[in-house]
Amino acid sequence: MKHYLNTLYVTTQGAYLAKDGECVLVRVEGEDRLRLPIHGLGGIVCFGQVSCSPFLLGHCAENGVGVSFLTERGRFLARVQGPVSGNVLLRREQYRRADDPAASAAAARCLLTGKIANCRAVLLRTARDHEDKVNAGALRGAAERLTDCGRRLDPGLPLDVLRGIEGEAGNAYFEVFDHLLTNQKEEFRFSGRSRRPPLDRINCLLSFFYVLLAHDVRSALESVGLDPAVGFLHRDRPGRPGLALDLMEEFRPVLADRLALSLVNLGQVQARGFRVEENGAVRMDDDTRKAVLVAYQKRKQEEMRHPFLDEKAPLGLMPYLQALLFARWLRGDLDGYPPFLWR
Amino acid sequence: MQHLLFCPRQCALIHVERQWEENRFTAEGRVAHEKVHEAGSETRGGRRIVSGLPLRSLRLGLSGQADVVEFEADGAPFPVEHKRGRAKEEDWDRVQLCAQALCLEEMTGRTVERGALFYGKTRRREDVFFDADLRRRTEETAARLHELVESGRTPSPEPSGRCRNCSLASVCLPGARRPVEPYLRKAFDE
Ligand code: SF4
Repeated sequence: MKHYLNTLYVTTQGAYLAKDGECVLVRVEGEDRLRLPIHGLGGIVCFGQVSCSPFLLGHCAENGVGVSFLTERGRFLARVQGPVSGNVLLRREQYRRADDPAASAAAARCLLTGKIANCRAVLLRTARDHEDKVNAGALRGAAERLTDCGRRLDPGLPLDVLRGIEGEAGNAYFEVFDHLLTNQKEEFRFSGRSRRPPLDRINCLLSFFYVLLAHDVRSALESVGLDPAVGFLHRDRPGRPGLALDLMEEFRPVLADRLALSLVNLGQVQARGFRVEENGAVRMDDDTRKAVLVAYQKRKQEEMRHPFLDEKAPLGLMPYLQALLFARWLRGDLDGYPPFLWR
Repeated sequence: MQHLLFCPRQCALIHVERQWEENRFTAEGRVAHEKVHEAGSETRGGRRIVSGLPLRSLRLGLSGQADVVEFEADGAPFPVEHKRGRAKEEDWDRVQLCAQALCLEEMTGRTVERGALFYGKTRRREDVFFDADLRRRTEETAARLHELVESGRTPSPEPSGRCRNCSLASVCLPGARRPVEPYLRKAFDE
């Protein structure tokens, strides 16, 4: 199995990253704080006022280590990446299929199967594990609606019908999302999805995890030679990583949603770690952001059996394996795209 | 060329897709090569021994680097390739060495009749005679290599025993060949 490589998240404002031999050197106020071998890294994510020397960027590009720059709050700014790897014929095939309505719908159907099945699995798992603490009836009811949506994903349905089913499933899931909280329920009440800006604490957590996930999925796609911009479920819109968003769908419930909920339920984040601004936007303080990054990193190290490949791998490697499987479908080696199904 | 002979898919993953996954075998091989290539050139008993010599053949469209080429006092080249491990049953290593010989012939204008393979594990040296048959197979392999790279298509995996020693197994995923439709159908069972 390929190695799962860590991501370096730098949140210290004013930090400067430089290349020191085969290492990344993190310097803060003229003081060397950290030295990490580049070969153990899968990516670097810089938050806010963090700068990198051109030599480090070049070295990262050469070694396939993607570097992303985000604002301090986690909004995506830019990404530095080496020469596009992989086969141009593979990307051409990606574009051809994205242009073909039937082929796009076939991909969308597989992607939605993963998304809806994983949302459902999250609801059922909580209903089972916290029978006494949650409204298990409501969760099971919503899970049933998701099952119904999932079973209606027949081959040959056009994209707009599939989108309708997706919308229905999304409503069913988020309607009961608040029931997934077993602790700090008042402080973290979920009142519907809100983004840009997130208007409550749980949305603030979710949005942040989605940014981290997007970075990971995007790197995975780039490393197998796919174009993260050209999607199937998410159609082209300039500046939007369509395929990365597509592939994220199946990971959101498992990696982001569940992690956000467990941080709240286990009291690893506290209401006072969030600030409400004048415009109603909610943002995390630095300590909370750090705790959240550590939790995300740890979660990705957990081993899991890949349901299609039937091999054990850390959760953090799953986006890469899914990117490979997606490329497999494009090449015609597989009769469809097998999404990551979490159980 | 040895990649192609090992597995056409592996060859395409490396040379068409530019995927390169280092595993223990390739890492050790690389380190061993770097050691040999470091050496430069020296003269021993009238023979000049050159390491890391760049080679090419316009006729076969090949280029690469020879581990070691020994030049006799009269200038006749004699290629020596270092291999980790032991001699293989198949003649991949001989074909690879013969390709070096064909390059040397084209570059020096001299006939190269023999060369040697040196196996690290057994510390044995196997002399190789570049006969007509080996030359023909080497040329065929070069032609197939060009076809593969020009087609730009990566062949589907053909899982076999060699996948176990393949450095690209984690990129190739030789096991992922089952039908997807039943897998999708099962997503909402239970
Ligand atoms: S894993 Fe097997 S099929 Fe795949 S490239 Fe290697 S040898 Fe070829």
